[in-house]
Amino acid sequence: MRYIPLTQAEKQEMLDTLGISSVQELFDDIPQHIRLDTDLDLPEALTEAELVKHFQALAQKNTDLNSVVSFMGAGAYDHLIPSAIKHIVGRGEFLTAYTPYQAEISQGVLQSTFEYQSLIAEITGMEVANASMYDGATALAEACLMACAATRRELVVLPSTLHPEWQEVVKLYLENQDVQIAYLPYDGQTGLIDAQALEGVNWSEVACVVVQQPNFFGLLENAACLGERIHEHGGLFIMAVDPISLSVLKAPGELGADIVVGDGQSLGNAMGFGGPSLGFFATSGSKLVRRMPGRVVGETVDTEGRRGFVLTLQTREQHIRREKATSNICSNQALNALVAAIYLNILGKEGYQEVGNHCLQKAHYFKQQILTIDGLSSPFSAPSFREFVIQGDVDWEEINLKLLEKGFLGGLPLDRYGLPGHVLFSVTEARTKEEMDTFTTLLRGLI
Amino acid sequence: MTTKRVVPLIFERSTPGRRGYRLPALDVPEVSIDQLIPQEHLRTQPAELPEVSELEVIRHYTQLSRLNHGVDVGFYPLGSCTMKYNPRVHEDVTSLPGFAAIHPYQPESSVQGALELMYNLSEYLAIISGLEATTLQPAAGAHGELAGLMVIKAFHAHNGEGHRNEMLIPDSAHGTNPASCAMVGYKVVEVPSDDRGGVDVEALKKLVGPNTAGLMLTNPNTLGLFDENICTISQIVHDVGGLLYYDGANANAILGIVRPGDMGFDVVHYNLHKTFSTPHGGGGPGSGPISVSKDLAPFLPGPVVRKEGDKYVFATPEHSIGRLKSFYGNFLVYAKAYAYILSHGPQGLREVSEIAVLHANYMMRRLQDVYYLPVDRHCKHEFVLSGMWQKELGVRTTDIAKRLLDYGYHAPTVYFPLIVDEAIMIEPTETEPKSTLDEFIEAMRAIAQEAKDNPENLTSAPHHTPVTRLDESRAARQPILRWQKS
Amino acid sequence: MSEKILYTKEHEWVIVKDNIVRVGISDFAQSELGDVVFVDLPEVGDVVEEGEGFAVVESVKAVSDIYAPVGGEIVAVNEELEDSPELINESPLERGWIAEIKVEGVAQTGDLMNQQEYEAFLKGV
Repeated sequence: MRYIPLTQAEKQEMLDTLGISSVQELFDDIPQHIRLDTDLDLPEALTEAELVKHFQALAQKNTDLNSVVSFMGAGAYDHLIPSAIKHIVGRGEFLTAYTPYQAEISQGVLQSTFEYQSLIAEITGMEVANASMYDGATALAEACLMACAATRRELVVLPSTLHPEWQEVVKLYLENQDVQIAYLPYDGQTGLIDAQALEGVNWSEVACVVVQQPNFFGLLENAACLGERIHEHGGLFIMAVDPISLSVLKAPGELGADIVVGDGQSLGNAMGFGGPSLGFFATSGSKLVRRMPGRVVGETVDTEGRRGFVLTLQTREQHIRREKATSNICSNQALNALVAAIYLNILGKEGYQEVGNHCLQKAHYFKQQILTIDGLSSPFSAPSFREFVIQGDVDWEEINLKLLEKGFLGGLPLDRYGLPGHVLFSVTEARTKEEMDTFTTLLRGLI
Repeated sequence: MTTKRVVPLIFERSTPGRRGYRLPALDVPEVSIDQLIPQEHLRTQPAELPEVSELEVIRHYTQLSRLNHGVDVGFYPLGSCTMKYNPRVHEDVTSLPGFAAIHPYQPESSVQGALELMYNLSEYLAIISGLEATTLQPAAGAHGELAGLMVIKAFHAHNGEGHRNEMLIPDSAHGTNPASCAMVGYKVVEVPSDDRGGVDVEALKKLVGPNTAGLMLTNPNTLGLFDENICTISQIVHDVGGLLYYDGANANAILGIVRPGDMGFDVVHYNLHKTFSTPHGGGGPGSGPISVSKDLAPFLPGPVVRKEGDKYVFATPEHSIGRLKSFYGNFLVYAKAYAYILSHGPQGLREVSEIAVLHANYMMRRLQDVYYLPVDRHCKHEFVLSGMWQKELGVRTTDIAKRLLDYGYHAPTVYFPLIVDEAIMIEPTETEPKSTLDEFIEAMRAIAQEAKDNPENLTSAPHHTPVTRLDESRAARQPILRWQKS
Repeated sequence: MSEKILYTKEHEWVIVKDNIVRVGISDFAQSELGDVVFVDLPEVGDVVEEGEGFAVVESVKAVSDIYAPVGGEIVAVNEELEDSPELINESPLERGWIAEIKVEGVAQTGDLMNQQEYEAFLKGV
């Protein structure tokens, strides 16, 4: 086999050292009747060249975003990705390292993670971030569980404007720990959490309230008032945010958030059919930090006083605390967190603000253009960031198939979420005016 | 060689006004931001991100990378982590735009290649495990455990046996096992090990009962030993209505040799980033698919991929527990595992396990005269030594581990499993040349000698690493977890 | 009234003064744990049952639950430990005390060991 370097002569030497005649003897402790006596029913091995061909053939059955122009978002965004990123994360020292258990030979991963934590803390306005979670949805689920542990309450309030898939993930995590969920409906006119619904909640029993900013429809929620309400009753305020929007929008720390989570795909990570991405997780205050799930890197010194970095506050984690750990998470999304850090560094203070502004400006322009099409309207009145909903008496699934033939990936049809005739568009800095104009013309022709 | 190097933080390299990336000019009419977004939503202070050029970014990370060990740098015998070579062609094929640049919500007809890959991989993993159906959704091994336990819990509840709330776990298990149980509200019942390193069968008989939801087992276990009583164990648990969960952390020992399904397991999770060679990336991303028996298949998280005629479609299993993660799991990670299976084929996978086991036994036998071997029998893909002979000389296992760093190796897993005093867990993997194994053996022997002759050189190790031993107590007592603008 | 020090099998020590029981961990326990980096203290007013874990002492890589040797109400905690957990290593029996529990009636300390008995117990560990 091409990745096994052992020669026949070396193998014989090893067998001689062991005093056995065949490798099979090493497996004699496996009961004979359960040992396989035939090969696994798998395809025969491919050479490297054959493997490449096979993957190319599969790839050709997919329509990729290099060949079509995308206006689809809803949790996975088509942002520009600086070339430098892939060259850095492709380095074997990062790519082929395990979790930094031996700090003295892992300073590369440890320091870059410390910098990642700092960057996330900086954009969210929080004190501390962990070294990453699987994705935004699981980060939110863990945040809700952490709030329940911190408040010793077992009721979580979720907005119905939270991404439907995130709602599903949070529900699954919470119901397995018998935590109750109350949902806040949204106002059909604004597209935001219905303020009146807040009156119906027994806040003194609530562990936390969640707000997604911007919400699933791309709209800006009145987050501050939710935060005030929950804090009056001793619960925690959790914000699920989009990291690109934070260049323009108020930092959650300033809005009184206790825990901030989000998905980091938009920070330089490939779309990859939805994964791998990363979840970021930030909090403030030493009490909450000690309840945080996941790994965290801290600064210290070596025996000669040099600055260095180590995994710290490890007693929260499963390898020490076992069933009393704050979470079962072990492997995280370290390399994706590295991507996010490189992205933020290379964009820098100004570039980061520029990306946010371009998304906002282009989304605004595109929305105005789309609304010139007869029969289409904007169902929600609240301000939006880079995504917006359009409504019309049309079958968007049908239209998307036609658009795809013309080289465009349209918005996400929302009929699957009980909103027939609604579609969610997303615009990033990667879209050009020409692409938006062409799309508008095409769409006009199809409606 | 002593190169002490401290790399400045990226924030310390910042120069106001410097840029590393330029966006295309804004080509739509610009509207004042406060006309688009009300003031109360707007950020008041820009985030203090570094201001650096592209070259500075590249140099920063290149310098950092040189402080880091990886499989590409040197031998990485970290037990239970299966640090084998990560073929570079897998990076190439999964970065094709047809995989890396597709949106999870594209119409199914425009991602048939991706669905086909998912379908095939699900089938292959089911075949390797000897089970029926697979979900690729879990993002890591611990996430797979969570998925598997949720499926078990849902199965029992569906059968009116929701009272079953006890999960049996050997005392040698990984910490994720009990932690995952807590995430589904299961009570952990610890099962002792016998003196051959396996599950204590007599103790197990006493611990099972009407509340048993199941047993989580790693086989070969964390001592690297195959539990030859597995069929008895499986029967004991099944007889009381419990299910068997296979922790696939050590699956590198059994590919094509024995299938967990044939051992009696009902659920298996794989760590694709171990056994199937997807790179660990400094801690992730991993991928932890689970395969389950026919009875459990209807409870898998959705969506899964089905084949209808010559089309592939997403579907949700009949009694699905729900969704465990956004979208479809770590697609670009498990796509590499798919490549790994294809490039090995059935004989290749079997050879992987045979040689991994041969390597481990060879090393174990060449080290057992200088390090105490707690259980003397054939090991599988890894083995556990104890540093207790060295401890008598004032040298702890941690010192041995640190001294190995001076030789350019990563240390083995140490102080795990918890049931072995001063444990040293070594997993060579099949991809290392014999010369590397021999050199490592010589280093371990030299260190054992050094423990007798010059123990201070061990207790003060490492000497040739970018930093010396770091003060972990200080880091935990006064946590500094981020850079702050001074 | 007694002020002598008594020990539990879990290596906590107690000093009883009237109906107030002061609790800490023994010198042996602190040396086994290594550098203490954090102490999770209970809150004043919490009511604990005998045998219940009411505080947690952490070193870098180990965690030790502290069990209440008697049941009652927490009436004082050693807040100095919040910033200086190392006091448990430096002065386990004095400045490193953890909390005081007020018992109803007379503290039941019959099962606890005196200094001599504890030393003998340690030899058997």
